[in-house]
Amino acid sequence: MKAFLAQHRMALDDAKQKLLASPLSAVLSLIMIGTALALPVAGLLVLDNLRSLAGGTPQVQQISLFMTASADSEAAGEIEARLRAARPGNWRFVSRDEALERLKLVEGVSEILESLPKNPLPDAFVVEPADIRPEAVENLAQVFSSWPNIAHVQLDSDWVRRLDVFLRIGKLALFMLAGLFGGALVIITFNTIRLQILAQASEIEVARLVGATNAFIRRPFQYFGLLQGFLGGLFASLLIFSGSWLLSEPLDDLVALYGAVWNFHGLNFQTIAGMAAIGAFLGWFGAFLSVTVHLKKMG
Amino acid sequence: MITARALFKRYPQGIEALKDVSFEIGAGEMVFITGHSGAGKTTLFRLLAAIERPTSGSLLINGKNIGALSASAIPYLRRKFGLIFQDQKLLFDRNALDNVLLPLKIAGLSVQEALRRARAALDKVGLLDREKASLLTLSGGEQQRLAIARAVVNRPTILLADEPTTNLDQDSAAEILGIFRAFHQVGVTLIIATHDPRWIARLSPRILRLDRGSLQDSAECFNPRP
Repeated sequence: MKAFLAQHRMALDDAKQKLLASPLSAVLSLIMIGTALALPVAGLLVLDNLRSLAGGTPQVQQISLFMTASADSEAAGEIEARLRAARPGNWRFVSRDEALERLKLVEGVSEILESLPKNPLPDAFVVEPADIRPEAVENLAQVFSSWPNIAHVQLDSDWVRRLDVFLRIGKLALFMLAGLFGGALVIITFNTIRLQILAQASEIEVARLVGATNAFIRRPFQYFGLLQGFLGGLFASLLIFSGSWLLSEPLDDLVALYGAVWNFHGLNFQTIAGMAAIGAFLGWFGAFLSVTVHLKKMG
Repeated sequence: MITARALFKRYPQGIEALKDVSFEIGAGEMVFITGHSGAGKTTLFRLLAAIERPTSGSLLINGKNIGALSASAIPYLRRKFGLIFQDQKLLFDRNALDNVLLPLKIAGLSVQEALRRARAALDKVGLLDREKASLLTLSGGEQQRLAIARAVVNRPTILLADEPTTNLDQDSAAEILGIFRAFHQVGVTLIIATHDPRWIARLSPRILRLDRGSLQDSAECFNPRP
């Protein structure tokens, strides 16, 4: 067991030396691997932020319940009671007078409203659903439509639904892109290891002649792939972190102009660890394939 | 210890390198495999070192048939041999000590134990003071002694050498043979493939003479270790 651990430590040291032996080539590889990992993850991060933006913007996930013109305060009370029982989320009553006052604040509308003989607006309830999934909001709107004295139910989330579809397509495309880049990472490592094996062919031959097993020969290369992928994952995190840091403030300002409350969220620890782990696995896998193929060729 | 029975080795091009070779080598013997160039000495060396497998026949080393061993078992068998090659197969990008350390690292020894053994092996061949030397600064004889140090560092019971004195001057060759004799005296089985007749008289080994792949005479001059 001690010998086994000692050999693994030796292989890891060997892999570290290989990385440090050619720093320029190591940095270039890290940039390639980091970029390949960062692009899909950054895309997913953007989509995730868009989703939270859609969920966090006022007037987006709202259902407006307009009552009939003849509905009186008793009818409004009944709707209020139903809402209390149904507990759809937050809601508030907007009386016809309040609505008129708000409408008067809109430039150019005030004069028109003044000319009208009476307030044409109905009483209304504005519901902000707790469950903001498009299908849940749709169902809720249907339920509200069936209530008495409700003339019209306006769902303000049509574009959210469209956005949701767009986000799902985007996510799928990014997963495909991640698959492609993952494959590229494996190929990069495969080729790096191939060159190393060719450069160390005589050393491998001698090691075999003095009793090295294939596992012994493979180990430093596989550690190299693992280490390079791991560092590539960390480098990708650094790229995304830098991008998030640069963009977060201007984006927050932009979103605030639309009256939304939103904070751009960057990478968390789990994502960074996940990227490093995926990088390490893909690097190891590329090295494993390369060593298997080339050791077989060498007999 | 080593038993060969009806050993044949044919290469794909139709060349028959060994034909019906049979012999036995006991523990502690010193055996020279001799013959002209192309006689099959190196082929027999490669079969004994499990670098190649016989086409037919059996080659038993310590009761294990080399031809029937799985590929994964071969490295463990090789660790019991000391192999010395005609071209030495040293690593020129490493110093003398690192070359000798390689088999010990493969065997999984601790760093301290590996260093202790490697230095002891270098001492035996008179290269302890050159442990940090680049191989490019070593003479041909020193390189061959280094190859011997690497071969014996794992304390093998069988030492196999292929033309160990080729390209060496008289003095260096005498040094190498002196080292071999010392190992033979402590019980190591020595099998040396050579076409250099100068040393046979000096060491009085047992001779296995090959001619165009066939064993001409065996068991002559049998001289067990003193």
